[in-house]
Amino acid sequence: MTWLPRTVFTAEHDLFRAEVRKFYEREIVPHHAQWEKDGVVPRSAWKKAGDAGFLCATMPEEYGGAGVDRLYSAILMEEQARANTSGPGWSLHSDIVAPYILNYGTEEQKKKYLPAMAKGDVIGAIAMTEPGTGSDLQGVRTTAIRDGDHYVINGQKTFITNGQNADLVILVTKTDPKQGAKGISLILVEAGMPGFTKGRNLEKLGMHAQDTSELFFSDVRVPVSNLLGDKEGQGFYQLMKELAWERLQVAISAIANAEAALQWTVDYTKERKAFGQPIADFQNTRFKLADLKTQIQAARAFVDRCLELVVKGELDAASGAMAKYWCSDLQNSVLNECLQLHGGYGFMWEYPITRAYADARVQKIYAGTNEIMKELISRTL
Amino acid sequence: MNGTIPRTIFKAEHDEFRSHVRRFYEREITPHREEWEAAGQISREAWAKAGEAGFLCATMPEEYGGAGVDRLYSAVLIEEQARTFNSGPGFSLHSDIVAPYILNYGTEAQKQKYLPRMAKGEIIGCIAMTEPGAGSDLQGVKTTAIKQGDHFLINGQKTFITNGYMSDFVVLVAKTDPTAGAKGISLILVDTGTEGYQKGKKLKKIGMHAQDTAELFFDNVRVPRENLLGEEGKGFIQLMKELAWERMQIAIRNVEMADSVLSHTVDYVKERKAFKQSIMDFQNTKFRLAEVKTEIQVARVFVDRCIEAVVKRELDPATGAMAKLYASEMSNRVVDTCLQFFGGWGYMWEFPIARAYADARVQRIFGGTSEVMKEIVARTL
Ligand SMILES: Cc1cc2nc3c(=O)[nH]c(=O)nc-3n(C[C@H](O)[C@H](O)[C@H](O)COP(=O)(O)OP(=O)(O)OC[C@H]3O[C@@H](n4cnc5c(N)ncnc54)[C@H](O)[C@@H]3O)c2cc1C
Ligand SMILES: Cc1cc2nc3c(=O)[nH]c(=O)nc-3n(C[C@H](O)[C@H](O)[C@H](O)COP(=O)(O)OP(=O)(O)OC[C@H]3O[C@@H](n4cnc5c(N)ncnc54)[C@H](O)[C@@H]3O)c2cc1C
Repeated sequence: MTWLPRTVFTAEHDLFRAEVRKFYEREIVPHHAQWEKDGVVPRSAWKKAGDAGFLCATMPEEYGGAGVDRLYSAILMEEQARANTSGPGWSLHSDIVAPYILNYGTEEQKKKYLPAMAKGDVIGAIAMTEPGTGSDLQGVRTTAIRDGDHYVINGQKTFITNGQNADLVILVTKTDPKQGAKGISLILVEAGMPGFTKGRNLEKLGMHAQDTSELFFSDVRVPVSNLLGDKEGQGFYQLMKELAWERLQVAISAIANAEAALQWTVDYTKERKAFGQPIADFQNTRFKLADLKTQIQAARAFVDRCLELVVKGELDAASGAMAKYWCSDLQNSVLNECLQLHGGYGFMWEYPITRAYADARVQKIYAGTNEIMKELISRTL
Repeated sequence: MNGTIPRTIFKAEHDEFRSHVRRFYEREITPHREEWEAAGQISREAWAKAGEAGFLCATMPEEYGGAGVDRLYSAVLIEEQARTFNSGPGFSLHSDIVAPYILNYGTEAQKQKYLPRMAKGEIIGCIAMTEPGAGSDLQGVKTTAIKQGDHFLINGQKTFITNGYMSDFVVLVAKTDPTAGAKGISLILVDTGTEGYQKGKKLKKIGMHAQDTAELFFDNVRVPRENLLGEEGKGFIQLMKELAWERMQIAIRNVEMADSVLSHTVDYVKERKAFKQSIMDFQNTKFRLAEVKTEIQVARVFVDRCIEAVVKRELDPATGAMAKLYASEMSNRVVDTCLQFFGGWGYMWEFPIARAYADARVQRIFGGTSEVMKEIVARTL
């Protein structure tokens, strides 16, 4: 299939991509069906990714990373999406959790967590959402009340990616429960701290190999030195800083996955026959696929332009929101059309399109629902 | 938080040019819009003024009366016309479709005869492919140009011809070999006033009321053989050469028109009140307009990327088709969504949105229908 040439990547990026692709083919794809049954990706896979240099690659070398630009992160996400293996929560770990520690952590916190995260020895998670509040983050009820040189944490989180595996949780809490956004602080909580328990590994519509969990906090005592940032009440603003990049990550994986789905569908429809001809030869099929290709091409050009801006640190929050909303919507509509062209096989788990369809649904929900994205975009009108 | 991806294709010169063009439209075109709509055509004077200002055939070499500038200047002209909802002037067809045929395939004598006067706006060009019985399927044209000694004898009929009524000459698509399909097609220059060549009525249309779209009749018209443009039997191939750019012109216009529609709509909904609040404050309004803004932004980045490729002469025909398809379908959705926000006023001709709605519909038809675009894209799957 021909596309407009992508101009964001250099030759080094392409080399890196080839390695990542090989890694997914060898180390991930063959195991993914089993991991879906297990509901989790094993630690051994995390270790392998760490050994290969695929975790926390954008972190500075002194903290165990490779100090590379975010295009490397984009490649990792694209290859994962292309391989249709939604299990590994590596981009959350490397490109959401690690940057918080790098941006706001003390030297000690960085030294303690980042190199271990880059090796895959420590798995990170970030816990904002609670049973009673998701979109409206100001409403979090988990509290961290100062008691001498400790915080005492009480509350509950849910839908937490990497939740079962997590060794380290960036916890969104209220250090001042009387306040809204200004009462929020980020605190580092480690697995094994007394009073911190992990709940169920939640059963989901898709992303079956991804461990998504509830987390419970009952009088968990955490040293005040585990506060992220130099003072309390900064959490909400800290959460805002990299939002454009965090949301672009959803767009990046959405478009790469849609591209892959289009290719599977082209291949499938050329192969499959009905009424004495390949279903690819029906004009309806041709037009549907041509339309999807066109929409993907436009979104691809858009996302690449956003990537260019992210690398320069110039992507604004509303544009990040546009990319997230538009591309996740597009991914879902592409998968829906492509599934249809697979007929009954499109409903069978053994076909990649089926899994992709189930996995994709959440892209419109997490990282801020698409409704919230529209709310943000509308403020720029 | 601004939600606008910076455009990078234009330089300072282009911006300066744009402000001239903008002023020209404000002073010389927009004030006459209603009068021209009633007349079903713009004035000769307007053509002459555009020529004087250097806005016709700007990309032609200086020796032929142009300014020898790149196609970004054409893009600026198309955009400024689109943003003011002036669908009357057929300047871009004249300058960026007709003139390039003469430049690419004309003899020195033909170039000297037509191009400098076209650049001045003294003569108006048009191109006639479509016939009552053949539009999408160009191989089916029935107009014939039969060689007789040192003349061609032309018989046939054309329709839907932009600039047709005002034109001083036509690039005519005719069969020099009626027994062959595509290989029988040639392009021939026919001047207004040649005996047997008649213009029909200005066709009444849903929109584009100030544009003189006409029928043309050829009844035993004799033109000298040196009026052949390019090679005999090569007409079809000649028509293909610049197709990507021709279609991009429509894409460029549609993105800008949609963008302009959105800003008119935002102004209106902020102003207009219902149920004691401005229409803008309804969440439905905010979300629909956030969607519209996103959709336009995606198309804009895609089309800009294509313009970049056009300037480097790297845009392939299938991508040009995608841009045309995507942008015209997008603008039609956008004007429909936006018109709704004007309520009854949206249906009144005095509001630009009504005109934009009417003008938009044809964008999915001319320059190759959306269906034909999908055929082209489908071949690349
Ligand atoms: C697989 C998965 C992984 C996740 N991973 C994580 C994670 O790692 N860490 C984490 O903290 N969270 C995570 N989440 C949670 C996710 O971010 C939230 O589910 C999401 O933000 C929505 O919150 P909610 O579920 O409470 O929905 P609600 O906020 O209750 O929203 C319900 C509906 O109301 C709509 N709505 C809400 N507010 C408005 C409004 N102002 N205007 C119009 N409509 C509105 C929403 O768009 C939605 O359609 C994950 C979720 C899933 C499903
Ligand atoms: C305002 C205006 C200005 C124009 N200006 C010019 C001009 O300057 N010069 C000129 O030569 N022409 C001009 N045209 C003509 C225009 O290019 C044609 O109208 C267009 O190409 C479609 O041709 P048609 O009208 O014959 O429709 P048809 O070809 O009869 O098509 C009818 C329908 O069938 C569909 N269809 C056709 N083939 C297929 C297929 N293979 N598969 C699926 N569906 C198909 C079409 O998409 C369309 O929906 C203009 C038209 C308009 C309305």
